[in-house]
Amino acid sequence: MAKAKVKTKAKAEGELSWKEIEIGCFITEPGNATEFRTGDWRSRKPVVDFSKCNKCTLCYYYCPEGCVAKTPEGYFEADLFYCKGCGICAEECPKDAITMVEEEK
Amino acid sequence: MAKRVGLEVSVAVGDAAKLANVDVVAAYPITPQTHIVEHLAELVANGELRAAYIPVESEHSAMSACLGASAVGARTFTATASQGLELMHEVLYVASSLRLPIVMAVANRALSAPISIWCDHSDAMAVRDTGWIQIFVENGQEAVDNVICAFRIGEDRRVLLPVMIHLDGFSLSHMIEPIILPEQSEVDRFLPPYNPPLPLDPEKPVTVGAFAPPFIYTEVKWAQEMNLEAAKEVISECWQEFGKTFGRYYSPVESYRTEGAKVLLMTMGSLSETAMVAVDKMRSEGKEVGLIKLRLWRPFPFAELRQAVKDAEVLIVLDRALSFGGPGGPVCSEVKAALYREAKRPAVVGFVGGLGGRDISMADFEEMVSQGIKIAQTGSEREFEIFGVRE
Repeated sequence: MAKAKVKTKAKAEGELSWKEIEIGCFITEPGNATEFRTGDWRSRKPVVDFSKCNKCTLCYYYCPEGCVAKTPEGYFEADLFYCKGCGICAEECPKDAITMVEEEK
Repeated sequence: MAKRVGLEVSVAVGDAAKLANVDVVAAYPITPQTHIVEHLAELVANGELRAAYIPVESEHSAMSACLGASAVGARTFTATASQGLELMHEVLYVASSLRLPIVMAVANRALSAPISIWCDHSDAMAVRDTGWIQIFVENGQEAVDNVICAFRIGEDRRVLLPVMIHLDGFSLSHMIEPIILPEQSEVDRFLPPYNPPLPLDPEKPVTVGAFAPPFIYTEVKWAQEMNLEAAKEVISECWQEFGKTFGRYYSPVESYRTEGAKVLLMTMGSLSETAMVAVDKMRSEGKEVGLIKLRLWRPFPFAELRQAVKDAEVLIVLDRALSFGGPGGPVCSEVKAALYREAKRPAVVGFVGGLGGRDISMADFEEMVSQGIKIAQTGSEREFEIFGVRE
């Protein structure tokens, strides 16, 4: 499973003081939206039963967040750093291999 | 050496933008601003000004085009008034938040309805919270000088904010006045080229105007506020430097014959000229009356104002705008707020007048002073007084 590439050199946005913000809140690093954790919006997460999965890739294509990636074994799984828990993968899975499970608080 | 010539103030404002060597002008004509942008369009069309003139279909588009131009690093100028300024409203916030030093001349005009093409400050006051620097001028020379200063102030790395130069519609914009246009070489020395820190550049891409979640928005807004606050120093510094170079000095709060004055009038814009003559007359009659002219409206010069009025007993503030259902004129309520924490402060009496081009004469100022003194002694049931309304 692909890990989210989170840069650690800079402070997380939530820790920046007002003095450290770029002029006009410009973003100077292209593609740094990858550092934005969208996974914390989620109330339910997709859990894959690999014994049912036939590696059809539909979840990979349907994921609106593009956060489903191939595992070393050739299965597909969502990166929970980004997954917003929309449930589309579970809905579309022809093998019912994906279950949406309540996040534990 | 620059010569003093007779010029329509609007034309002179256009010439000042030319002297500042603007790269882009995007504007939509509206009375009484029209002559400013007409003149600039002519200068560009005649090849006298090497700039892009972007004719747009509305003021909303004008300011939007200015945003883009300024973001790539162009020195950008526009002008508007009244409804035009209001149509720009939402884009004004974007300009200041993105820290783009656009300069805009505003030929102050009343707001509809009923339609009025004449001057008051309703348009200027409605945009006071948009994060722009707002400077009021009282004659044509001041308009020219401050358009040039506006670029230097706004583009300063310590500021990077847009600037509005407020000149009263018709009573300034359409007057022919003796004006000194500085020499190009002098302006070039005074105003360095615009060198933006983060221009839009394909070689070094940046994202402008991205979204900010709740965990960062407050910090961004506070940075903006601190920046506008810090701009005060740069503004004063620029005016000092301008004075040294061109011999004409400006300051955030200006005092006229205030020595020993128990009563102070306070005005903004072109009426200050009439008020000065009224003060001269009252002084000649032995009345201890002086005048405070507020030049810098945003960022508000709290310290300078407190200093300027501290010895007065009565301060009579004239506003040319109404804040409906509120405490009266915006200037007066700001002044009251500024003085609230002072142990010793003058009694503040607020008048609203000069709306929609209604003239305020010398005699009116005298009347305002005598009414103001009376109200300061006896108090009033109202939060503010409306001047000259027919019952």
